[in-house]
Amino acid sequence: MNLSFFDQFASPCLMGIPLILISTLFPSLLIPSRNNRWLTNRLSTLQSWFINLITKQLMIPLNKNGHKWALILTSLMTFLLLINLLGLLPYTFTPTTQLSMNMALAIPLWLATLLTGLRNQPSASLGHLLPEGTPTPLIPALILIETTSLLIRPLALGVRLTANLTAGHLLIQLIATATSTLLPIMPTISILTILILLLLTILEVAVAMIQAYVFVLLLSLYLQENI
Amino acid sequence: GPLSEQRLMDVRLGHLPMWLAICDFSPQGLLGGVQKAWSSYYNKYINVKRGGPAGISMLLAGYCLLSYGWNYQHISKISFLVSM
Repeated sequence: MNLSFFDQFASPCLMGIPLILISTLFPSLLIPSRNNRWLTNRLSTLQSWFINLITKQLMIPLNKNGHKWALILTSLMTFLLLINLLGLLPYTFTPTTQLSMNMALAIPLWLATLLTGLRNQPSASLGHLLPEGTPTPLIPALILIETTSLLIRPLALGVRLTANLTAGHLLIQLIATATSTLLPIMPTISILTILILLLLTILEVAVAMIQAYVFVLLLSLYLQENI
Repeated sequence: GPLSEQRLMDVRLGHLPMWLAICDFSPQGLLGGVQKAWSSYYNKYINVKRGGPAGISMLLAGYCLLSYGWNYQHISKISFLVSM
């Protein structure tokens, strides 16, 4: 009974085709490609506005070299946002609850920022390992600490996204189970639990959007240090 | 026109087996069929002058149904729901 709550995160397979493939490709249907019209339909207009907003916010702190990253950061943001929000629909599967997928997104991008910094400005990149104004006896310890914090960044990025989404889905499932079990026994408590479920769902929508934003924001911060 | 160029909705019921036999089931053919189906749906319900939430909502509802179908075997075995 305890372990069955985690079964929702197993990737179901039908006739050899895993659902994770469809769940990963489905967001692309919701983003229409640009056509050559001056006045597009409402969906395209809304999305163009939104993508412009994201790109502007991400690119303001970066210098000219950093603007090369605009496409990948914006598309990553849109991808994560759509996947997280689609996972809140009933019966759907959220690929970002799988640690493998989040690490596959986090490690290469973080490594790319690190290698860009080490290649183009090696001494400045290494200089980030020692904050200004540290007392001299503390320097060796601080360099070790900063190196550890640097190396743990991809792990933190991946695990943060996974843990937030998994915890949210699990909570929703637990409270929904409690609600449906309590309904024949104590209807008033069931109503209370339904209210909690409503509030939790609103929280989960917010968390889905915030986590996508945080992922991309942190990557852009790591990029700012290194480019 | 000739049978191979007619869309599914225009094929008469009697000609359906022959249409299915003529149909192109190679990967490119299937991909082209999916592309055509998607663009007809998109142009009919989403790419309209005063679209609303309806077009996307139908798509999302279809996605939920598809996910339900994909998960059915697992859902049917949930222990406390089996008796209901």
